[in-house]
Amino acid sequence: MTATEYLRVSDLHAFYGESHVLHGIDFTVRRGECVALLGRNGAGRTTTLRALMGLTGRRTGSIMINGREAIAMAPHRIAQLGVGYCPEERGIYASLSAEENLLLLPQVGSGGMSVAALYEMFPNLAERRHSQGTRLSGGEQQMLALARILRTGARLLLLDEISEGLAPVIVARLAEVIAELKRRDYTIVLVEQNFRFAAPLADRMFVVEHGQIAAEIAQHELAARMPYLQELLGL
Amino acid sequence: MNELFGIPLAALLGQLVLGLVNGSFYALLSLGLAIIFGMLHIINFAHGALYMMGAMLAWMALHYFGLGYWQALVLVPPLVGAFAVAVERTLLRRIYRLDPLYGLLLTFGLALVTGGAFRHAFGAGGQPYAIPPQLAGAIDLGFMFLPKYRAWVIAVSLAVCLASWYVIEKTRLGAYLRAATENPKLTQAFGINVPIMVMLTFGCGAALAALAGVLAAPTTQVSPLMSSNMIITVFAVVVIGGMGSILGAVLTGLGLGLIEGLTKVVYAEASSTVVFVVMAIVLALRPAGLFGKEK
Ligand SMILES: Nc1ncnc2c1ncn2[C@@H]1O[C@H](COP(=O)(O)OP(=O)(O)O)[C@@H](O)[C@H]1O
Ligand SMILES: [Mg+2]
Repeated sequence: MTATEYLRVSDLHAFYGESHVLHGIDFTVRRGECVALLGRNGAGRTTTLRALMGLTGRRTGSIMINGREAIAMAPHRIAQLGVGYCPEERGIYASLSAEENLLLLPQVGSGGMSVAALYEMFPNLAERRHSQGTRLSGGEQQMLALARILRTGARLLLLDEISEGLAPVIVARLAEVIAELKRRDYTIVLVEQNFRFAAPLADRMFVVEHGQIAAEIAQHELAARMPYLQELLGL
Repeated sequence: MNELFGIPLAALLGQLVLGLVNGSFYALLSLGLAIIFGMLHIINFAHGALYMMGAMLAWMALHYFGLGYWQALVLVPPLVGAFAVAVERTLLRRIYRLDPLYGLLLTFGLALVTGGAFRHAFGAGGQPYAIPPQLAGAIDLGFMFLPKYRAWVIAVSLAVCLASWYVIEKTRLGAYLRAATENPKLTQAFGINVPIMVMLTFGCGAALAALAGVLAAPTTQVSPLMSSNMIITVFAVVVIGGMGSILGAVLTGLGLGLIEGLTKVVYAEASSTVVFVVMAIVLALRPAGLFGKEK
């Protein structure tokens, strides 16, 4: 393993009860790199992130996070390695106010962003801080789901479909935020249906098919591989 | 004025105070049931046994070790809480993945075993437990005599319920608790040790039941059978209030105690059934309970 490698997933299999969903996922992410997991609906991208967090049923293989083997760890131990998870359904708590949602997560690393800095990054959240978490609009909830993991000092961000179902201006704002996070050297895994959102941000893209990595495409290969992606993703 | 609708005022107030005392026990017990249900999704049928253990341990502490009421009040709830933590570690944690019915069966079995063990060791007869001298006697309020111990029970249970509400609704620990109740897996994936919280929640719920037991010891005959009537009413309270609502559990407990007290004055024959009449009406109109959310 090279010094710059932050996440190495090898031969990852995951199950929901009896159903075998991931069939040997392999990929690596370097420190400060942003990769995207692309694929059709049901390909296994969400399950990959959930397996990384220990949220599926049985899983086998290896997950090295910053040099530590996480395959047998409980979810809270994995988070404490410095991992921030933003689930597909956003996971905003209805029984907590927006600000309680923001402040809930414990520190999992040093150098997390301050609440003031986050409110500056997402001004809407400051206005809505006292509202019930789930009363926020879809876009605000997505901002909140992102903001609360930036507070914790997590350096590896697992972001599941953050652009899904949001208005174009909000998607554009999220793209700016991700670009800013890349400048700040966060390591990011984007799971995306929205190719146009992910393509300009990702240094490399992995295509997931039937619970395996079907292809790896670097940013500079993108133009040449467009026909393949168009075919595969139905763009 | 010393009559209201033809009922002597002193008798009415006396029954209301008694109703509040009973309501205080209902509130403490259903509060524990509600927080346990929220976190463990288990309807704790052993709750009455834990209440009985609280009272029995207070009596044993006095009988065997000469430890009085105040010592028992401090020592017994943590002791029963520790027992519950051991039960959670060794038994309950094995069934979280299974249908909630298993939790019901397991805790019901535990209630039978603990009840049986205490009956075997101490017999079914009741033991008297004296009111501590500091709380003996009554306060003359001018319009009625208020027994000090009753006032004490009401005050302690209100204070404990208020403190629990504050911790759950207003503190960081409470935010963890609410988050873990709502979405335990995600909360754990944020770095919070949810399994430990589940264990401690069961311990705290059990300690609340034991506290109610110690408080109840001087008001009743302490016996392995003392929980049987109480716990049936408490389950009715939980059904009326709506499972899983903290505030609902407390308010419903107090309210039903009062209704029971009032019924004793107005129509004594119905006082033991009025709770179930209320339950039937509430279930007909609001199946999720007064404070429950419809799914
Ligand atoms: N909780 C679950 N239980 C059983 N099967 C599931 C569950 N979640 C997802 N799956 C299955 O796993 C496969 C991959 O799903 P998912 O990872 O959500 O795909 P993607 O995020 O790429 O759209 C799908 O076939 C889906 O039906
Ligand atoms: Mg998905």
